[in-house]
Amino acid sequence: MKNFFFSLICLLSFAACKDKATETTATANKPKAELVKNNATKGLKVGDKAPDFSLKNHDGTMISLGDYAGKKGTILTFTCNHCPYAVMYEDRLNMLHSKYAGQGYPVLAINPNDPEVKPEDSFENMGVRAKEKGFEFAYLFDDGQKVYPQYGATKTPHIFLIDNDMTVRYIGSIDDNPQDASAVEKRYLEDAIAALEAGNDPDPDYTKAVGCSIKYKKS
Amino acid sequence: MNRIFILLSLAFLMIQCNESKKVVESNSKETEKKPVVSKESTAAAKVPVYDSYKDMAYIFNQKNDTTYIINFWATWCKPCVEELPYFEDIHKKYADQPVKVILVSLDFSKQLESKLYPFLEKRNIKSDVMVLIDNDSNYWISAVEESWEGAIPITIIYNKNKRQYIGEQFANHDELENILKTFL
Repeated sequence: MKNFFFSLICLLSFAACKDKATETTATANKPKAELVKNNATKGLKVGDKAPDFSLKNHDGTMISLGDYAGKKGTILTFTCNHCPYAVMYEDRLNMLHSKYAGQGYPVLAINPNDPEVKPEDSFENMGVRAKEKGFEFAYLFDDGQKVYPQYGATKTPHIFLIDNDMTVRYIGSIDDNPQDASAVEKRYLEDAIAALEAGNDPDPDYTKAVGCSIKYKKS
Repeated sequence: MNRIFILLSLAFLMIQCNESKKVVESNSKETEKKPVVSKESTAAAKVPVYDSYKDMAYIFNQKNDTTYIINFWATWCKPCVEELPYFEDIHKKYADQPVKVILVSLDFSKQLESKLYPFLEKRNIKSDVMVLIDNDSNYWISAVEESWEGAIPITIIYNKNKRQYIGEQFANHDELENILKTFL
């Protein structure tokens, strides 16, 4: 009987201990937040077809996504002049274009911001910036802000890797270290291109990174 | 003999239990105290810098009577800077109520001394400020809020009963205060 009593206490103390552990994990689960306002427009997901567009390049020529058909793919990036995160990736965009354009994956950049909200992102300033940084890739102006909402871009920089079938295969960031290119550990975009080259689906095919919200006039 | 064995295992289990509890407690104490970087400026002395989101994750999940307003911003983000006065007003106006404003700065590690700390002093920012410098944004952005894509500013308002995510700049002071009032 005494033995039984001890076993019972023993079991109980174990159970109490377990309860505590479960409780700690339970508190770690946050309730789902109610969405009050969100600038995220309903956009493309991996697997969707990329809508074609025709936009003015910083040099005045018109360029469409369709012009890039026949290549293996396109590194479409929403970027701009003013955002420090976009600026930190300018050299990497140059590097990506020089490394991958020859392999059939050119960079195609679009500035989605309204210059009336951000004068630094005006068409004229795009030309200045492209010259300063020696952009070899096209840097297009989303005049009237018709294109970025179709893609569901929410920030700069925001990358969409499109394959030769005009299907979106990867959405997100170039890599995991905006502040220090030399300390990058995960090269998401380059890994995604390597996956396409190997006939595989990129994994991950979607990543998140900090960026500047796309600037538009609030009604 | 049997009884001694049971007694021993009981003692062992209890010790284990206590130890695991202690680990949990000391962890949470550690995360709340750890990362204070104090440099010359007084602003710097007050601002904790976290290089891992996990160490500051507790601020999003406190179960007490306080309503928390947590805003992600940076000195380089113009819409963020525009709305800072709204948060400062709330901080002052609700000082005697269980409302806490936390401004989480995403300023760059190389610009804390040159930009962030001088900014905080010049503007005389009174709300709590924390700095997050964690490169694994692919992890922590979703951990903060699933529907957040990473653009700033954003604000989370929560208490033990409800939680709201405001995925862009507040239009004005009243918009923020009206949302806050629904929590009080």
